Amino acid sequence: MIDIVLIALTRFLVGGQAHWIASAPEMRQRIYFANHASHLDALLIWSALPRRLRASTHPIAAADYWGAGKVRRHIALNVLNAVLIDRSTQGPPGAALAPLRGVLAEGESLILFPEGTRGSERLPGPFKSGIYWLSQEFPDVELIPTYLDNPSRAFPKGTFLPVPISCTVRFGAPIALQTGEEKDNFLERARATVAALASDPVE
Amino acid sequence: MSLNDKLFVLFAGICGLLAVASVIGFALSRRVASESGRATVDNLNARIRAWWVMVAIFAVSFGLGRGVTVVLFALTSFYTLREFVSLTPTRAADHLPLVAAFYVLLPLQYWLIWIDWYALFTILIPVYGFLLLPSLAALKGDPEQFLLRVSRIQWGLMLTVYCISHAPALLTLDVPGRPREGFLLLFFLITVAQFSDVMQYVFGKLFGRTKVAPVVSPSKTVEGLLGGGLSAVAAGAALWWITPFTPLEAAAMALAIVAMGFLGGLALSAVKRSMGVKDWGTMISGHGGVLDRMDSLSFAAPVFFHLTRYFFT
Repeated sequence: MIDIVLIALTRFLVGGQAHWIASAPEMRQRIYFANHASHLDALLIWSALPRRLRASTHPIAAADYWGAGKVRRHIALNVLNAVLIDRSTQGPPGAALAPLRGVLAEGESLILFPEGTRGSERLPGPFKSGIYWLSQEFPDVELIPTYLDNPSRAFPKGTFLPVPISCTVRFGAPIALQTGEEKDNFLERARATVAALASDPVE
Repeated sequence: MSLNDKLFVLFAGICGLLAVASVIGFALSRRVASESGRATVDNLNARIRAWWVMVAIFAVSFGLGRGVTVVLFALTSFYTLREFVSLTPTRAADHLPLVAAFYVLLPLQYWLIWIDWYALFTILIPVYGFLLLPSLAALKGDPEQFLLRVSRIQWGLMLTVYCISHAPALLTLDVPGRPREGFLLLFFLITVAQFSDVMQYVFGKLFGRTKVAPVVSPSKTVEGLLGGGLSAVAAGAALWWITPFTPLEAAAMALAIVAMGFLGGLALSAVKRSMGVKDWGTMISGHGGVLDRMDSLSFAAPVFFHLTRYFFT
């Protein structure tokens, strides 16, 4: 029930039309990785997916925003099926990835924002290495580059209320980690596939 | 005939016209052979199907009364403003003016129309919006292209909220001896404006040769304008019996609507060109965005409202 209201509200305010440019909405294990511009992003991708994919797809959300407050926490955990991660975790590199590994090990899909934080530019900034470690550990999971158009205008950093500006969600062709590919090369290549979707003409 | 009887006859007439259009569209789709002809006929049929939906929405909202009709137009303003702002390059510093536009000025304008506060709804956006938006934008302290940014939001609000809201404002007019007949005035305005658009499209496709404004709007032709405009004026004159106008006055009113509608279509085509797009959106299949269907109405509504208010109330 809440999910239908949430999707209706998203459609009403920001649209969030899905454009499957070079991949199809298939029932496969995937990591959708996208540019990150607003707190709407996880909701946008989640509501752009067909219902049957939504149930097995888990957005990664920052615990300091989505875990704060009862309502937000309930929506994140029980409606969006989100995995909350604590961005301030100290420890060995990759330690924060443990809950993500858990989801992938169960055969479910993820929505990931590899920049780690919200940007205000049209094109994504440098990617953090999490997506590299995950793709090395789970080579069979398809990596789908995803571009979100406009959420940085609809709900800019530092504001409390989104305004109605149409956003689109574009899904590109899957990429995979090549054998022997260097970490930095892979991260840059992944970033470039998302950036390339930014200039795709909307039809 | 009572008001409800008149509305029933009018909507039945529109359904009859649409039924004829659907039959023609079906016949054309069986006969067309060429690739480009196929695309035109498919677009035509998508347009006709969308018309059925739009007419149904209006018939239901008219039937449910003034409140629902005002809400329907408020939603129309909301979607057209959303389309306008989405294509306008706004910056993060415009957030506060946009919040005010969508969540304060838009509902306030329609609330003022609902409670029939004429003196305030005619100045809310031109005066108070004009003062409020730059003040809010300046608070954010981003001077980059300040005047341009503020003007764009003001312009979008004037067009999509202020102008369009003059259509449901017709429901507040009190024509002596004709209580509650604002619905008929609104029907007259919408029918003449949209019929003019449709007939300009039809005449343009059939006989269009001479372009009116080749750079701004390549699809507008002199033949389309004359044929479509005259048909709409004739249709307006034929509808005189639902209005407080004589047949001649109804024709003159229809002419004003057609002229403003044409100018609206032209001006908004220029805006679209400057933004590098063909349509305002994708919401109405075959037509484009909501604003693509409302462009002529937005220019015609305030003029028709004022002419009627000045001469007939």
